[in-house]
Amino acid sequence: MLVLEHISKAFDGKPVLTDVNLAVPKGATRALIGSSGSGKTTLLRITLRLIDPDQGSVRINDQPLSAFGPEAWADQIGYVPQEGGLFPHLTGEQNVALVPRLRGWPPQRLSTRMTELLQLVALDAALLRRFPHELSGGQKQRLAIMRAAMMDPAVMLLDEPMAALDPLIRSALQQDLKAIFLRLGKTVLIVTHDLGEAVFLAEQVTLLHAGKVLQTGSYRDLLLTPADPFVTAFINAQRTLPDVAQLR
Amino acid sequence: MKPLTCLGMMCVALLSSAAMAADTVVVGSKIFTEGYVLGELAAQSIEAARPPVAVVRKLGMGSTGILFQSLNSGAIDVYSDYTGTLAEAILKNPNLRSVTEIHAALLKMGIVISAPLGFDNTYALAVREDFAARNGLHTISDLGRLRDSLRTGFSYEFMDRQDGYPGLAQRYRLGLDPAHVNRMEHSLTYQAIAQGAVDVIDVYSTDAKIREFKLRVLADNLGYFPSYQAVWVARAAFVAQHPAQWQALRGWENRLSAATMQDLNAQVDLDRRSVAQVVSGLRGSTVQTDTIAAQIGRRTLEHLWLVGASLAFSLLVGVPLGIAAVRYPRAGQVILTFSAITQTVPSLALLCFLIPLFGVGARPALAALCLYSLLPVVLNTFTGLRSIDPRHLENARAFGLTPRQILLRIELPLASPALLTGIRTATIVSIGTATLAALVGAGGYGVPIVSGLSLNDVPTILTGAIPAALMAWLAHLGFNALGKLVIPAGLRAT
Repeated sequence: MLVLEHISKAFDGKPVLTDVNLAVPKGATRALIGSSGSGKTTLLRITLRLIDPDQGSVRINDQPLSAFGPEAWADQIGYVPQEGGLFPHLTGEQNVALVPRLRGWPPQRLSTRMTELLQLVALDAALLRRFPHELSGGQKQRLAIMRAAMMDPAVMLLDEPMAALDPLIRSALQQDLKAIFLRLGKTVLIVTHDLGEAVFLAEQVTLLHAGKVLQTGSYRDLLLTPADPFVTAFINAQRTLPDVAQLR
Repeated sequence: MKPLTCLGMMCVALLSSAAMAADTVVVGSKIFTEGYVLGELAAQSIEAARPPVAVVRKLGMGSTGILFQSLNSGAIDVYSDYTGTLAEAILKNPNLRSVTEIHAALLKMGIVISAPLGFDNTYALAVREDFAARNGLHTISDLGRLRDSLRTGFSYEFMDRQDGYPGLAQRYRLGLDPAHVNRMEHSLTYQAIAQGAVDVIDVYSTDAKIREFKLRVLADNLGYFPSYQAVWVARAAFVAQHPAQWQALRGWENRLSAATMQDLNAQVDLDRRSVAQVVSGLRGSTVQTDTIAAQIGRRTLEHLWLVGASLAFSLLVGVPLGIAAVRYPRAGQVILTFSAITQTVPSLALLCFLIPLFGVGARPALAALCLYSLLPVVLNTFTGLRSIDPRHLENARAFGLTPRQILLRIELPLASPALLTGIRTATIVSIGTATLAALVGAGGYGVPIVSGLSLNDVPTILTGAIPAALMAWLAHLGFNALGKLVIPAGLRAT
């Protein structure tokens, strides 16, 4: 369970987040959605402990951030950066094993875990020997998810996981991602600006706007009982293509 | 403490070359044939004296300024100079003409000179014989007739000394066209006049090349040039500590006539005999000289030591400085500016500044090379680290890597191509610049280059220049191989 409570943050006196509350139940997948400038990146960085909030607290399974050392906290959150964020100078294998090796994992444990996760993300082991520039966008994302899951974290945190992929790969990965989350059974928070992706992957969506949570709920809730006129405006803005009925 | 001093001292502390043993005598010399001959004569005479002392030869160090500074700082014990030069360049008093007066003035500075060795090597102006015949030139005054067309090839020292060209032009009212007054390295002026590139050059009156190049020395009809009698110049401390050696040197007083000196110079310049052999011939002894292969081998080791040590320094100091410049931007500006400034100081000038601090030999040369190799390493470390995509660093933090792990596993590998380029540049610059180290007696490939230049001996120059070029080429190949080894494959392909 990931809980963000009463989070406020201002940069140079300009509020970026105001009293943000967000709770993702254990095993659930939640999408944090908002346009650029909504404050979602700041919230992500606070969750990753890269910056401190001015007020409020972050907890994982009822333990506050402050109870963990920086490394222990990082091991609790499996982070998948935008476009995968693989280090270009390391092979797939070195990227995936970077943190476990620093934590002193013996080779046996490392290879067992990697075999397990290769299966989960549906990747050929041979790809581990390649460098990031030799991999496709989808392969990079799968490796990044594998890397994030290595330490068996309580929470998975994905930043715009589909943004850089072309539509067909995107659709295939979306299907797989849903299956992966299901099999991992982990608490997942996906940060995205894409409503379609958010709705497909997550049961519940939290819409952030101008540093405040406007509404949390299913797509149906957002559509039928919008908490704010902006919610409707946001949904309508993302429905760019006319449907068949409109064309007739 | 000035940063230059501070850095230089760090450099020496790091590389701490062996200190000179207490009863070692260091002989210096100027950088032209006669200087080498007299330097070698001093060295062999001291070696022959009893009780024995070890002699270190720092021959061909440069001109008066460098030698006198070295003598003053105790870096050398003795060298030969000329009374006119001492009065003009050191005592800044051209009116001091007698040896006694100069001796008395120098003694106050802790410097002792011997009585004249016997010959007078004054400045003179020389023209080609055929040129003189065609224009009816016999005296310096005659040059005035050609003032509009006359082209000169005067040495730097001659142009800058009060008793050189400025005073001469005034006394003789020469009024030469300034556009035709060329200044150049002394040893090249003979080639220039032989090829007709210039019409008149300054020479030393005992110079063997006057005969070789068929030059006519113009009479100093107004008696302008002061007397330049050769004398030994020594530290008073050396004279006190090594009386037998000083006596051995004084044994040459009044024994070298102008004809003898011209002949010794000619044996070196024209007959291509080694300085050591010529001096042994004069002393009636024989010496063993190294084969060329042995010489190149020894100089290769000296050169490698100079380049290797300065490179080690630039890595140990330059990489951390580059990292610091990224971490602390304000200090970074100072670091980058300082490294850039050291690069703009001409290498000869830098060597000159460093002699009072480090004496002569490997130490000032190493200090200069360290300073020169600093900029490429610092700058490339800095730009290499700065050009890393900041998202990689943030991701590494998010994965829980410590700052140290981020530096070692992410930043330095990602910056390694730039870093290696910096080290490669520093190495190749060092290999070239280290040839100048010979000017301060540090040895290396510069020794044959410098002495070959001043003796106008191309084969000797090549025994230094070719190995230096080879070393640079090998370094280039070595770095290509090292790049494949050090730079992560993922970065090479992109």
